[in-house]
Amino acid sequence: MERIERLGRRVTRSVEEFGYGASLLGESLYWLILGPFRHQPVRVPAIFAQMMETGIQAIPIVTVLAATIGVMLALQGIHTLKIFGAESRVTVGIALSITREFSPLITGILVAGRSGSALAARLGTMNINQEIDALRVMGINPVRFLVVPALVGMIIIVPALTFWSVLVGLFAAGVYVSIDLGISLSAYTDRVIEVLDPGDLGHGIAKSFIFAALITLVGVVNGAGVRGGAEGVGRATTQSVVQAIAAIVITDMLFVFVVTR
Amino acid sequence: MTTSMRLRSGNPVIEVDKLVTHYGTRRILNEVSLSVYEGEVMVIMGGSGSGKSTLLRHLLALERGTSGTIKLLGKDVSSVSAMEAYELRKKMGVAFQGGALFSSLSVGENIKLPLREHTNLDESTMRIMARLKLEVVDLAGFEDLMPAELSGGMIKRAALARAVVMDPKLLFCDEPSAGLDPVVASALDELILRLRKAFGMTIVVVTHELESAFKIADRITVLDRGEILTVGTVEEVRTSDNARVQNLLNRKTEDVLVDVDEYLERLTGEGDSERLSG
Repeated sequence: MERIERLGRRVTRSVEEFGYGASLLGESLYWLILGPFRHQPVRVPAIFAQMMETGIQAIPIVTVLAATIGVMLALQGIHTLKIFGAESRVTVGIALSITREFSPLITGILVAGRSGSALAARLGTMNINQEIDALRVMGINPVRFLVVPALVGMIIIVPALTFWSVLVGLFAAGVYVSIDLGISLSAYTDRVIEVLDPGDLGHGIAKSFIFAALITLVGVVNGAGVRGGAEGVGRATTQSVVQAIAAIVITDMLFVFVVTR
Repeated sequence: MTTSMRLRSGNPVIEVDKLVTHYGTRRILNEVSLSVYEGEVMVIMGGSGSGKSTLLRHLLALERGTSGTIKLLGKDVSSVSAMEAYELRKKMGVAFQGGALFSSLSVGENIKLPLREHTNLDESTMRIMARLKLEVVDLAGFEDLMPAELSGGMIKRAALARAVVMDPKLLFCDEPSAGLDPVVASALDELILRLRKAFGMTIVVVTHELESAFKIADRITVLDRGEILTVGTVEEVRTSDNARVQNLLNRKTEDVLVDVDEYLERLTGEGDSERLSG
């Protein structure tokens, strides 16, 4: 009986958090569009700060991971296609899987672990230090002041990082393919351009927009709900990473299902 | 005419009428009614769990009660529009218990934040105004430091400077001297009185520190278990014939002594050594 009650509580809390996330998105759009008319615009420097933190500072690790994934796909692809004697067709698989799937997914997961968790920790700490209450009593809407810059910053920078990740992944795979199969890098590039159409890139980038919003909202919902001091902040941070990654993977699957069927 | 009577003849800037609030099924505030008059220092005093912090959160419109009304500067906070609430908040300043300075902003930027958000002042004017307020709290020259670089007392003083930077009509202070050594705590009490004198604002202080309350209050509201036991001047509270008030005023000292005794016993480990020797 107790287990059922606990499960029920958990489900209720999840539905509540989902609803809160949706209302945060709505409120963020409200402040983004109507804030300037109410003389309460969104802080542009804060958007740039978020973009710096999420994007620019993440470039080295995104580059390393994208290159590794590119080489890994080339290795696996050549190994598998060798069975059919079709290893020269590896470029098709690499180009499509990196552009449509791996780059948005890996970038999303990385940003969730790096910036989504930082956002949850920052808001959680602000919450327990009464900084969010301080904003409210100063007449500063916390959603406008804290959430909108993070959301806008993420929505701009995550797709940009994804695009960078696509370029790096394709290049790294190309270097390996050219060495292993003895084809020139320019021939590989021509083949990639021939295989990909703008829709493939659009598919990956569109997903990254959704991932960016998910990472931000999951981070904010967890951070805003922190109770119980430093331990609570730690719990919210971990929860934020787990939930954001789960949301990214599930949304990815749903997106692919809807778009490709 | 006593101070209490003189103050009561002014305009009430805060009016709480039969405020009731619950957390779950537990009643936290039970028909609390209170008036704070223009220019006075009202101290809300009570022990842990008395409901004083909850009352403060309601006065700041951070929470809504189950029933009853709160009027701040003549406006019923439960029925004001978002725009009216926004205008109302510009007339209020709050110094939170831990300071609540934004850790990512320097002290100067913290003080300037309300000005930046609510006014069209240029950067140099804002800098001058922030410096003036920092001078009032004896923190001039500390603008460029980050909150993490300040001591506990300095954080509270910086929080006070931020709270008064917009020259509010109402200033709320949550446990201003809690966690500070007696010298710093006393200096902070004097600062609150200085702020009242300098800016003529109405000040509401929530505290459990008796000494501090008696030093700064024009009137004191004593809360216990969600109920107001008495409201009066320092002298009226001191000489109150309400047994619960007297209990509260005296109990604190006893509690501290018991805690110290228990602590010392644990520290010296008397119990353990007896068992070992046996």
